[in-house]
Amino acid sequence: MTRTRIALGIWSALVVAFLWIPLVLICVYAFNKSNVQSWPIPAFSTHWFHAAWTAEIRSSLWLSVRVGLIATGIALVLGSAAAFGVHRFRFFGRESISFLFVLPIALPGIVTGIALNSAFVTGSVTLSLWTIVVGHATFCVVVVYNNVLARLRRTSPSLIEASQDLGADGFQTFRFVVWPVLSTALVAGGLLAFALSFDEVIVTTFTAGSQNTIPLLILGYIRLGQELPVVNVIAFAMILLTSIPVLLAQRLMRDTGVLRRGTAEVTEAVETAQITAY
Amino acid sequence: MAASLDPAQGLIPGEPGRPLRAARLGLTGFFWRHRWAKALLLLAPPLLAFVLVYVASLAALFVSSFWTIDPFTSVMKHVWNLDNYRTLWQASAYRSVALRTIGIAAAVTAADAILAFPLGYFMARVAGRRSRAFVFVAVLLPLWSSYLVRVYIWRLILDEHGVLNWTLGKVGLPALHIGYSNWAVWLIFTYVWLPFMILPVYGALERIPESYVEASRDLGAGAWTTFRRVVLPLALPGVVAGSIFTFSLTLGDYVTPLLAGGASSQFIGNVVYDSITTQQTPFAAAFAAVPLAVMGVYLLLARRLGAFEAL
Repeated sequence: MTRTRIALGIWSALVVAFLWIPLVLICVYAFNKSNVQSWPIPAFSTHWFHAAWTAEIRSSLWLSVRVGLIATGIALVLGSAAAFGVHRFRFFGRESISFLFVLPIALPGIVTGIALNSAFVTGSVTLSLWTIVVGHATFCVVVVYNNVLARLRRTSPSLIEASQDLGADGFQTFRFVVWPVLSTALVAGGLLAFALSFDEVIVTTFTAGSQNTIPLLILGYIRLGQELPVVNVIAFAMILLTSIPVLLAQRLMRDTGVLRRGTAEVTEAVETAQITAY
Repeated sequence: MAASLDPAQGLIPGEPGRPLRAARLGLTGFFWRHRWAKALLLLAPPLLAFVLVYVASLAALFVSSFWTIDPFTSVMKHVWNLDNYRTLWQASAYRSVALRTIGIAAAVTAADAILAFPLGYFMARVAGRRSRAFVFVAVLLPLWSSYLVRVYIWRLILDEHGVLNWTLGKVGLPALHIGYSNWAVWLIFTYVWLPFMILPVYGALERIPESYVEASRDLGAGAWTTFRRVVLPLALPGVVAGSIFTFSLTLGDYVTPLLAGGASSQFIGNVVYDSITTQQTPFAAAFAAVPLAVMGVYLLLARRLGAFEAL
C-alpha cells in the first residue's frame, strides 16, 4: 500500500516536472547573452530586455492591451447578464444557451476564425481593432458566464428573498446582497477573460488584418527565425503576465465570504479551468 | 447606478419618500409584475449579439462550403454542389492529412490519459491538503500560460543542440533527432493539453465517496480489485471528459504543426489556413467541417459513457 503511494507520488512529481521544466527554461533563455539558441547558454545578460523595447513591440503590446480590455468589458456585461437570466428564469431552450456560449471554445479556433473572416470580408468590414475585439469577445463571454453562473448557483436564493421581504428594492438587493457575493467571481472571470484574450493566436490571425497583437508578432518572428532573443524576452514576460491574473483569480475564487467552503472552491476552480465544460 | 449606491439612502429599506427611491421601487414593482420584461432585458443583448455575429457567420460559412470559386475570376459562384466534399473524399493527399490529424489527436489523448490518471489519483486520494493545493496550482498555471510560448520553448528543447540532446549526451545516450517531425508535434500537443486532462480526471476521482472504497474493502476485495471494479468505472467519465478537450483541441490546431512539424506534418488546420490565404474559402469551409463531424460523433459517444455528468 505504501509502496503504491510512493510510486504515485513519484509519478506525480515527474508529471509536474514535465509541466514546469519548459517554463523554467524559457526564463533562463530570456537571459541568454548569445543570439544562438543552443544549450547550455554561454553567459547571462539582460541586454535583450533593452533590445525588446522597440516601437514595433510597444505598439503591438498596446494593441493587445486595448483589445484585451475592451473584449473583457464586453464579456463582463454580456456574460453576467446572460448568467443572471439563465439563473433566474425557466424558459424553453434554456439548456441550449450554455451550449451556444461554449461553441466558440468547443469548436476549433480556426472555424471561428475563418467564419468571422469570411463574414467580415463579405460584409466589406475593414479589419481593425474592432474586428479583433469581436473575435475575442465571442470566446471571452463564456468565461465570465460560467464563473458568474457557478457563483449564483452556489448562492442561497433565500438571501435575495430575505432582502426583498425586508423591503429592499431591486437596486438595493443588487448592491447589498448580490454584489458582495458576486464581485470576486466577476473580477476572477474578467482576469481570466483578459488572460485568454491576451494570448489568443488563431482567431486573431483571421480578424487582425495588417495589425499585430503581441502573439501574432512573435508568431511571425518565430516562423521566420528572426529576433529570437527578443522572442525569448517577450515569452518570459508573457509567462509572468499571464500567471499574475490567474493566481489572483485563484485567490479571489477561494475567498467567497457567505458561500459554503471546502469542496466548493475546488469544484469552482475546476469548472473555471474547464471553460469548455459542456 | 451611481446615485443608488448612496448607503445612507440604501440602508433604510422600506422607507419611500425620496423621489429616486420611489422611482426605484416603481421599477422593481414593474419587473416583479412583468417577469418576462426582466428576462428579455437580461437575455436579449447577449443572445442577439451572439446569434447575429457568431452563429450567422458560422451558418454562412457552412453554406459557402457547397459553393465554388471560379478559378479564372476568383469570384464565388453561388451554385449548389458537393464538389468540395468530393475533392476531399477522392484526393488521397487530403485523406492522409485527415487521417494524420485524427491519428495524432488520438495518440495525444492516450498519452495524456496515461500521464494524468496517476497524478489525478494522487491529488484526490493520497496527497494531503497542502500538497494537493500546491499541485493544483502547479497544474493550473501552465494551463493558462501562453500557448504560443509553450510551443516555442519546445522548439528550443528539441533542437539538435537543445536541452534534450545535451541531457542525453550527459547521461551517455545517443542524441534524438525528433525536432520538426510528427514526433515533435505529438510530444508538444501532449504537453500543451495535459492540464486539460488532469483537471477533469482529478474532479471525477475526488467525487468518489471514501465509503465506496471502504465498502469494497469490507466485502473482501483487494486493493487492485477495488481499483478495477469501483474506482476505475467511476473515474472513467472524467477521463472521457478530459479526452474531449485533448482530442478536440488537437484536431483543430494548426500552429503547432506549423512551428514544430516537418514537411509531412500537415494538419487539417494547415490546409484550411492555406486555402483561406489563397482565397479558396468554400474548400476551406468544407475541410473545416471534417473535424466538426468527427467531434460530433465523438461527443455522442462521450455522452453514452456519461462524460457530461462528470463535468
